[in-house]
Amino acid sequence: MIGISRRGLLKSGAAAGVLAATGLPVFAQAKRGGRLKVGLNGANTSDSWDGRTQSDIFMICSSQGAVFDSLTEVAADGSLVGELATDWEATPDAKTWTFNLRQGVTFHNGKAFGADDVIESLQLHVAEGSKSAAQPIVASITEMKKITDLQVQFTLRDGNADFPYLMSDYHLLMYPAGQIEEAIAIGIGTGLYKVQSFEPGVRMVATRVDSHYKDGASGWFDEIEYIAINDNTARMNALMTGQVDAINRIDFKTEALLKANPMIRIQEVTGNQHYTFPMLTNVAPFNDVNVRKALKYGINRQEMVDKILQGHGRVGNDTPIGPANQYFAGDMEQLAFDPDKAKFHLKEAGLDSINIDLSASNAAFEGAVDAAQLFQASSKGAGININLVQEPADGYWSNVWLKKPFCASYWSGRATEDWMFSSAYKEGVPWNDSQWGSDDSARFQDLLLTARAELDSAKRRDMYHEMQMILRDEGGVLVPMFANYVDAINNKIATPDTVGNLWQMDNARVAERWHMA
Amino acid sequence: MSIVLKIIVQRLGLGVVTLFVVSILIFTAVNMLPGDFAQAILGQGATPEAVASIRRDLGLDQPPVLRYFHWLAGAIQGDLGNSFAQANFASFVGSDSGGNKASVAAQIAPRFWNTMFLAGVTALIAVPFSVLLGILAALYRSSVFDKFTNIFTLSSISSPEFFLAYILILFLAVLNPWLPSLSNIYQGMGFGERLEKTLLPALTLTLVVTAHMMRMTRAAIINLLASPYIEMARLKGTSPMRVIVRHALPNALAPIINVIALNLAYLITGVVVVEVVFVYPGIGQLFVDSVKIRDIPVVQACCLIFAAAYILLNLTADIMSILSNPRLRHPK
Repeated sequence: MIGISRRGLLKSGAAAGVLAATGLPVFAQAKRGGRLKVGLNGANTSDSWDGRTQSDIFMICSSQGAVFDSLTEVAADGSLVGELATDWEATPDAKTWTFNLRQGVTFHNGKAFGADDVIESLQLHVAEGSKSAAQPIVASITEMKKITDLQVQFTLRDGNADFPYLMSDYHLLMYPAGQIEEAIAIGIGTGLYKVQSFEPGVRMVATRVDSHYKDGASGWFDEIEYIAINDNTARMNALMTGQVDAINRIDFKTEALLKANPMIRIQEVTGNQHYTFPMLTNVAPFNDVNVRKALKYGINRQEMVDKILQGHGRVGNDTPIGPANQYFAGDMEQLAFDPDKAKFHLKEAGLDSINIDLSASNAAFEGAVDAAQLFQASSKGAGININLVQEPADGYWSNVWLKKPFCASYWSGRATEDWMFSSAYKEGVPWNDSQWGSDDSARFQDLLLTARAELDSAKRRDMYHEMQMILRDEGGVLVPMFANYVDAINNKIATPDTVGNLWQMDNARVAERWHMA
Repeated sequence: MSIVLKIIVQRLGLGVVTLFVVSILIFTAVNMLPGDFAQAILGQGATPEAVASIRRDLGLDQPPVLRYFHWLAGAIQGDLGNSFAQANFASFVGSDSGGNKASVAAQIAPRFWNTMFLAGVTALIAVPFSVLLGILAALYRSSVFDKFTNIFTLSSISSPEFFLAYILILFLAVLNPWLPSLSNIYQGMGFGERLEKTLLPALTLTLVVTAHMMRMTRAAIINLLASPYIEMARLKGTSPMRVIVRHALPNALAPIINVIALNLAYLITGVVVVEVVFVYPGIGQLFVDSVKIRDIPVVQACCLIFAAAYILLNLTADIMSILSNPRLRHPK
C-alpha cells in the first residue's frame, strides 16, 4: 500500500468496473451550468440551518455542502485544505494555533467575512444550554483571540495536532457575527449557493452566487434542488424515472435493477463507517483476553461482507480506523476466520466450550440480527455457543448498547484517529462501548495522549499503527466489516475521478464538486 | 328542519366526547411504546445525562397523568401545544428563536391543506367515477361489463395500497413516463404542476375507494328495481337508463351518500401509506415521522384531526340521508 495515495485504492474494483463498462467520460471537463436535483434521505421536519442540530445527510449536503463554509475542508483525496482559512500554524506543543483567514469573502447578504465571525460562530457551540455535538471540540479551546481582522489565534487546553482537521467538522459552520439568528432563520452563509427556498423535511433550493472565491475550482451548477425522500423505494423510483439526478444510500436488494438501467451508474467508496460487536471488557468472560481472541477467530468476516453487505464493503480488523483515516494501517495482517485458533485460545482461557449471550437488533445496523446468526453458526465449531437475544429496536441505544455485555453496534467513524479513539476507546469516556481502559492496555491509553500532541507525522503514524495493532490483537470490539457508502447517479451528471469517502455523497459536497456531463 | 338541528347538536356533543376518549387512548398508546422522544432523537448518542436534560426541557420527566391534563387544559383553549421536535430545537439554540414555528398548529397547517388537496382531487375523480360505474353496472347487470367492473374494483380494493401504488408507478411512470412518481409538492407551486404531481397518488386512492362506492350504488339500485313503482315506470315505456337515473337513483341516494361519506373520511385518515410511497408532504407523512420520534403533541393533533374528520363526515352522511328522504324530512 505504501507509495500509492491511500485514496487511490478506495474505489472498489466493482465500482471501477461499472465506470469502465459504461464508457463514462470520467475526466469530462467541468463547465458551469445546469440544474442538479438530488433525492436524499435523513430529512426531518425539525431540520434547520443551525449547524449544532444537524446530524444527517440531508442537512449536511445542504449546509456545509452548499450554503455554508467552515474554516477547513477535507478534500476528496483526504488531504486537509483551507476553506475560509487559507493557512494555519501551531506552536511546537500544538497548543496555540494561528489561522489566517481568506480575504475578500462576503456572506450572501453582503457582509464581509472576518475574525469576529469565526469567534462568534464557534462560541455558539459552548453557549449556555447548547447541546451541540461539536461542543467538546470547541470546549477544548480555552481562548479565542482576534489578532487582526483576518487572523485568529486559538489556545487549547491540551496540545492537539488534529485541531485544523477538527475545524472541518460539519457542525462548525461560519455565520455572520451579530446576525446569527437571522442567518440561522433563513440560511445566510459564505457558500457557493444561496438559499432560494427551504421547507424542512421537504426540499431545499439554492442558486449559485455570481462570484465566489471557489470560482473555477468548484460549484458548477446554476441551481441545485435537494428533495427529501426518506423512503428507499421512492428514492429509487425517483432516480429511475429521471425525476432526480442522483440519490444516496441505495437498497442492495434492488441494486440489480439500477444496474440494468444504462443511464444510471453506481458509485461507492469505503469510508470509516463500520459495524461492530462490542463486548464489555470489565465483565466476565470478556475480561479474559483469551476469550476475546477466541471470538476474533470465531467470526467469519468475509462471509459477513458477502452476505450482509452483499459485497459492498471490506472486512474489518477490529479497529475503528478506516480507509478514510490518515493513518489507517491497511497493510496490517488481517484477522482470518480460523476455528482451530479459536479453540486454542479458548483452551488458553481454560475452557472447552463457552456459552455467551449476544444482544442484537436491526436498530444497530441493517442486517445486525442476520449478522449475529452468521456469527452464531460460524463460531459453533470452535466450541463457542452464542445465544442470540433479539432486542426491540426502540430504545436499543438506551437499554442495550453500553449496558449488555455483548451486543451489536455501529460507528460512522471519525475524520481523525484521535477523535475516534477519544470518543470510544479512551478510558472512562461515556461512549466507550467496550469499557476499554488502562487495565486492558496501559500502553494504548498512553499512546492516545502522546500521539495527540505530536506534530511529527511519521512519529504519529507509528503510534497510531501500534494502537491499531493492540486493538486487533487484544481489543474488546469486534469490527467484522466496513460498510461502503453507495450512491447512484444519472449519467447526465459527471463526478470527479476521486470521490470523498469521509461521508456519503462525495463528503456531502455534491453541489460543489459534481457537474453536468 | 328541527330534527336536523337536533341531530347536529346531539352528534357534535357526542363527537366532543369521542375526541376526548380518542385523545386518552392515543396518549396512553404512545406512552406505552418503548422509548420516548429523548431516546428516539438522540439514538446512539443517548447518554443518561442528555436524555435527562431533554426530558427536563420538554417536561417529559413529569408523570404521564399530569402531562395529559396539562395538554388537555391547553387543547380546550385551542392550544395544541408545541411539537417536541421544534421545542427541542429551540432549547438547542439556547433561546426560543424558533418562535411561532414550534406550535403544533403551525406545523400541521400546511400539511393538512396538502392532504385536503389530495383528498379533494381524489374525491373529484373517484365519486363521479364510481357512481357512474355503479349505475352502468346496475343497468347492464350480469353482463360481461358488470362482471369485469366487479372483478376489477374488488381486486383493487383487496390489494394493499402500496402495491397498487407501485403498479401505477410501473405503468404510468416507469414504462410510460407520463406522470411523475414523486409527488413532492411545495408552497408556491403552480396549480397545474401541483395537480400533475398529485395525480398518481389520487389515482391510487381512487382505486382503493372505488369498489365500496360502486358496489353500494349498484346494490342499492338493483334492490329498488324490483319495487312496484319501477315496474310501473317500465310498463309506461320509460327507457332503462331513465328508469334508473330518474326513478331508482333518488330513492337509493341515502345508502350511497352514507358510503361516499365514509370513503371521504378514509381519504383523509387512510392516506398514510400512499403519502409515504409518493413522498407527498401531507399529514399522513408527518404522522409517521412523529410516531417514529414519539412526538406526542403532533401525534395527538393528527389523531384528533383524523377522528374529527370521521365524526364530521358521518354526521354529514346522516344529515344528507335525512334531507334526501322526504319521509324523514317531514316526520309526522
